[in-house]
Amino acid sequence: MRLRGMIRKESLQILRDPSSIAIAFVLPVILLLLFGFGVSLDARDIRLALVVEAPDANTASLTGAFRGSAFFIPVAYASIQEAEQALMSHEVDGIAWLRSDFSERLLGPGDAPIGVFVNGVDANRARITQGYVQGVWQLWLASYAREHGTVLHPPVELDPRVWFNPAVRSRNFLVPGLIAVIMTLTGAMLTSMVVAREWERGTMEALMVTPVRIWEVTVGKLVPYFVLGMGGMLLTVAMALWVFDVPLRGSFWLLTATAALFMIVALGMGLLISTVARNQFVAGQIALVATFLPAFILSGFIFQISSMPSAVQVVTHIVPARYFVAILQTLFAAGDVWPVILTNSSALLVMALVFFGLARRKTRKRLE
Amino acid sequence: MSHSAALEFERLCKFFVSDGMRVAALTDVSIAAQAGRITGLIGPDAAGKTTLMRLAAGLLLPDRGEIRVLGIDVVAAPLDVQAAVGYMPQRFGLYEDLSVQENLELYADLHGVVARQRSERYQELMHMTGLGPFTGRLAGRLSGGMKQKLGLACTLVRTPRLLLLDEPTVGVDPVSRRELWGIINRLVEEEGLSVLLSTAYLDEAERCDEVVLMHAGRVLGQGSPRSFSDPMRGRAFHVSSPTLAKRILQNRIAALPEVVDAVVDGEQVRVVTREAKPPELGAVLANDSQVRIQAVAPVFEDAFVAALKTGRSFVEPEFSQPDRSTKSGDVVIEVSGVQRRFGEFYAVKDVSFSVRRGEVFGLLGANGAGKSTTFRMLCGLLPATAGELYVAGRDLRRAPAQARSRLGYMAQRFSLYVNLTVRENLRFFASAYGLDRRRRRERVDWALTTFELEGYGNTRSGELSLGYKQRLAMAAALMHEPEILFLDEPTSGVDPLARREFWRRIVALAEAGVTVLVTTHFMDEANYCDRLAIMSAGALLAEGSPAELKARFRSAAQPSPTMEDAFIQLIERQERGDGLAA
Repeated sequence: MRLRGMIRKESLQILRDPSSIAIAFVLPVILLLLFGFGVSLDARDIRLALVVEAPDANTASLTGAFRGSAFFIPVAYASIQEAEQALMSHEVDGIAWLRSDFSERLLGPGDAPIGVFVNGVDANRARITQGYVQGVWQLWLASYAREHGTVLHPPVELDPRVWFNPAVRSRNFLVPGLIAVIMTLTGAMLTSMVVAREWERGTMEALMVTPVRIWEVTVGKLVPYFVLGMGGMLLTVAMALWVFDVPLRGSFWLLTATAALFMIVALGMGLLISTVARNQFVAGQIALVATFLPAFILSGFIFQISSMPSAVQVVTHIVPARYFVAILQTLFAAGDVWPVILTNSSALLVMALVFFGLARRKTRKRLE
Repeated sequence: MSHSAALEFERLCKFFVSDGMRVAALTDVSIAAQAGRITGLIGPDAAGKTTLMRLAAGLLLPDRGEIRVLGIDVVAAPLDVQAAVGYMPQRFGLYEDLSVQENLELYADLHGVVARQRSERYQELMHMTGLGPFTGRLAGRLSGGMKQKLGLACTLVRTPRLLLLDEPTVGVDPVSRRELWGIINRLVEEEGLSVLLSTAYLDEAERCDEVVLMHAGRVLGQGSPRSFSDPMRGRAFHVSSPTLAKRILQNRIAALPEVVDAVVDGEQVRVVTREAKPPELGAVLANDSQVRIQAVAPVFEDAFVAALKTGRSFVEPEFSQPDRSTKSGDVVIEVSGVQRRFGEFYAVKDVSFSVRRGEVFGLLGANGAGKSTTFRMLCGLLPATAGELYVAGRDLRRAPAQARSRLGYMAQRFSLYVNLTVRENLRFFASAYGLDRRRRRERVDWALTTFELEGYGNTRSGELSLGYKQRLAMAAALMHEPEILFLDEPTSGVDPLARREFWRRIVALAEAGVTVLVTTHFMDEANYCDRLAIMSAGALLAEGSPAELKARFRSAAQPSPTMEDAFIQLIERQERGDGLAA
């Protein structure tokens, strides 16, 4: 009866407090829209300056190839100086320079008669632009050779296959990873803040002197937020599947089960924070720095863990979101790969035990 | 040790660690509260009342000593104790976003009240507290007094054997206060409850069966209220003079060596002497033959002041008369038809009054009556929704900055920098008001002397006791010698001795020609004001001098009504009016 009373009270408070609903449902939608549409790690629509010093049939064919590519928006410039100006003023992302002796040197020995400049400020985009230009050039060169009866023999022939994400859409791994971030938000941040609110408003003191057990207070708090967090998760999955067309190759039930496990870990973190923070501001700040930011940066959600410095890689092992992001990306892109899921789930289980164990030791039905 | 004790403390010690220092909150406290009676814990702020309550409820662990509640050792079995007592903390934990009914249900669930007993108990409680018509209302939308009554109802949802009430009446309007006492008395008489109640209002001591007087973590005495006041017999007097203003009379008498206490009490001055003989007034009143001295029955407060007042003498403050463009008697504050709305809620509705130069003008009302909101509008901190406000001849809507430079404001909460020293705070406020270096030094020295803070110049202000903090805050508000001083609840939570000193400073300030506006929820303080306005629920109920206001409610049943009587009648009249309107 006591537990039921606590759960009912907490649920009523959630329903009446617009800010809990906002954090649980509105914020996920905003983050999803931001990461689904706004942030993209793919380079598309690269504006490429084309400088053709001596136009002829060959250059026309090559510029046609650039125009035909889905990645480029070619813009013609009369001279390399003008193109450089455009690059500096960010009107274009790169330059392809077809010099006056282009046709002469085309099949001759020595260097390729094409110059490529890219803006290296955004290193990621620069590298991709470089690769794409090279790709277009290689393809065109091969077809040119075929047309002219000669066969081009590159030293190694590359025949790429992209696995798991054939369309190479960053959305396909960003959106699933976001689920971990969103659940951290409700689980750790919201939970620690609502416990702190009870301290701030003096309601905790009144609760403590009733015959209620401390575990009833705790469970009564966690159950509604577990439901809220899982609701946020389902909303995110639904949007991922139907708004962003992210394929889910694993089973939905396994996704729900692992998400529930992660939710428990996140609630454990929130609970642990609430044992030290007794006002909402402090609780929010600790939750931000200790749970939300690591889930964002160190979980492999945006930045690959394997490309981090080794010291940082070690640190990521204590970030619970890391394990869940691995599970999510596997479930969405690859399917029920049991070894991956079991290893990461057991890591989550250990963390849940650690957090709840610590919180239990620190929670007393006293004011000090 | 008696077996009928509901609560026993044996040589209890409790320490807290603050800034690495061990501070004793309770030292060697031994108390016994009898079953079936009301025991009052009386003492100023920081006396250790709340710590004692929390220890009794099992929320804190004692460092030494034993606590037995209803015969149970609290340290060994806190849950058993919590199942048998009802505890209402100072800020009762009502869930403001739950309705009255939902709050009740939560506590019924937590206390394990069985379903079939509930509706009957709810009805009883709602009837007792008068909250019946408001069960569907959110707790956050209740008035201060109603919240307090709901808090009490929640702690009573399963009849406890011992009720622990931590300052249940602080800041509550007098009507609700009287009702709360009515409920408590009925519980003790009808249900045989034992009650331990703490309070900072000394007049409530008389309502308790037993009183424990506490100061700075120690028990100074325990006994019936009469056992405190009886030894004071023959030492209490009423002094009045038709020619001298009561405030001036009081100030002069207070300076006498044989006088322990002198306060304005209604239209007279209440004097308590060191020995059982009337004060020798000849020295201060020359040959005023019309002065009347009359022996009166002592009250608990006399004993309290006599017990706590140590040898320290009060330095009469001197305030220079700053040159003014206004003459005495000119209207310096004009408020007409002022409203302030927060969303749907009217914090202040249609308030008008005016204050003349050199007056002490009081705004009297319970918490949430709209006093602070009115103040913030007068200081230009909050724009009015409607109406006109003129301060020192400036329209606050057009020239708030100009008006502000001529007034000083002391906020309700301590609003100085706790990690700056007393001197640094004063220096900062002096420079914030644009005083030059030489003037700044002069004013800082003046403030340290006038407010008796010399010994504390290099103390961080956060470490000061509340009474000293209030002095510092008042000093800071006076750095630029304002013509008008706003004091928002300056004496709230301050012990009675500090309150007396505070009022002597206010009176001295007014004598020097400074206009003082002060809010308070202490009814007895209203008698210090030249004129006052009584506010309730955002509306101004009455305005006038204390004598005028009280005279309006003089009747055969109440030949000499107190300010509290007047207040209660005004509120009841307002509520009847509301009832008719609704």
